[in-house]
Amino acid sequence: MAALAAPAPTELDVEAPVRAFAIATVFWGIAGFLAGVVIAAQLAFPLLNLDLEWTTFGRLRPLHTSAVIFAFGGNALIGTSLFIVQRTCRARLFGGEEMGWFLFWGYQFFIVTAAVGYLFGVTQGKEYAEPEWYVDIWLTLVWVAYLVAFGGTILKRREPHIYVANWFLLAFIITVAMLHIVNNLALPVGGGIGKSYGVASGVQDAMIQWWYGHNAVGFFLTAGFLGMMYYFIPKQAGRPVYSYRLSIVHFWSLIFLYIWAGPHHLHYTALPDWAQTLGMVFSIMLWMPSWGGMINGLMTLSGAWDKLRTDPGLRFSVTAVGFYAMATFEGPVMSIRAVNSLSHYTDWTIGHVHSGALGWNGFIIFGALYWLIPVLWNKKLYSERLVSWHFWVATLGIVLYITAMWVSGIMQGLMWRAYDEHGFLQYAFVETVAAMHPYYVIRMLGGLLYLSGALIMAWNIYRTVTAREEEAPAALPAALPMAAE
Amino acid sequence: MDIQRLHEILSTIWVVWFVLLFTGILAWVLRPGSREAANRHASIPLRDSQL
Repeated sequence: MAALAAPAPTELDVEAPVRAFAIATVFWGIAGFLAGVVIAAQLAFPLLNLDLEWTTFGRLRPLHTSAVIFAFGGNALIGTSLFIVQRTCRARLFGGEEMGWFLFWGYQFFIVTAAVGYLFGVTQGKEYAEPEWYVDIWLTLVWVAYLVAFGGTILKRREPHIYVANWFLLAFIITVAMLHIVNNLALPVGGGIGKSYGVASGVQDAMIQWWYGHNAVGFFLTAGFLGMMYYFIPKQAGRPVYSYRLSIVHFWSLIFLYIWAGPHHLHYTALPDWAQTLGMVFSIMLWMPSWGGMINGLMTLSGAWDKLRTDPGLRFSVTAVGFYAMATFEGPVMSIRAVNSLSHYTDWTIGHVHSGALGWNGFIIFGALYWLIPVLWNKKLYSERLVSWHFWVATLGIVLYITAMWVSGIMQGLMWRAYDEHGFLQYAFVETVAAMHPYYVIRMLGGLLYLSGALIMAWNIYRTVTAREEEAPAALPAALPMAAE
Repeated sequence: MDIQRLHEILSTIWVVWFVLLFTGILAWVLRPGSREAANRHASIPLRDSQL
């Protein structure tokens, strides 16, 4: 922890908590990827469930999803957003250093209490909203403080215009607060603290859950990360975003459309047909903002494509945008009811999620970290070569993962719906499980490669952060706020 | 007309007024003459005194 206080703090920005968030991102990333590899191995080799309730797939799976989404992604989002909002508003964080540390420790406490609950079987049973009511209330407190810190910094900005990255980040903070509160309205029951019943029931409950679930994808994993894209890609490329006007259109079209897409998770259920169609239509319309934003991110490099050869960190960010394009193409296709009848409940969904999570979210975080760590610690990155290794190992891991899941998912879907000439189902369920085995092994290897890449990054960052102080050009006065340009 | 009545009307015709609202945003963002301000805004992260 001593390393967190290493460089002389600038007067302008609150940076020590941002450094802590960056370290926590690496730590939770590795924990989450490791949990993913373990549960992938359990699917291939069920013996690894160990016959213990605490280590079964059912309890470890939410541990994996929460660790990668909320711990790895969340720490990256909060840390980078605090950095971005201070830099682009030319204002110190509202609430100062104390606010930053409260957010940091408050958020880590949320992660740990949620994770401990999962292992002991305390869960609401709602996907991506598993934590019980006491964890939910704590997260609400931390999140409101986050909104106050972020919004307060924007209010006291000295830059007249609010840069577009902050629009995306603010939308992410506000929408996640709304989703979290509504989806977790529940009544605690019984003597212990680990049980509650949701206020809604039946199909209303399902609809609220997937309104939450899909907008967690839309606002946590998309809007928030687009905020990162709109700051870090211009910084890495040294060029302004390709079209600022397109970025504003991107923002508003995403905001107008995303919130309606949730019902595509409930095709062929008790949900009324009109609502299913509504979800499908809005999902397809989302193609436009997604690809508009993707083009905007990629075209930012026009005239600077050569930097891809020399800056492996930028390679991560650009490949991330490529995966964003792929995942947001695949998503609308899968939301079409006819396609969904084949893909739903199969591994295709898992593959789709991971091309977005590993490719888009993971890679944009890695790209941001490789730029941010040297800036935050005021040191040169230990090894560019290791960044290249990380890049290729992780990319190969993703390719193995998603191709294995495409094959196994489509095969699974086709086997489930196959009839013989007498009209009986052709395959017993267990036969489909057996057929999945080789793909589950390949998927596990893909995950292992992705984890190895992250370990390479952790080593690289460790060596960067702990490197001996170089004689910094001492003449530079620490961050005198430049007088108006 | 009180705010509750206004809310009722707007939620009845939400598709129409969302389309109008969005079209208005498009027109405002893409209006001729906004390009120069947009270019200035795009350079905000690059005009960073601390780097």
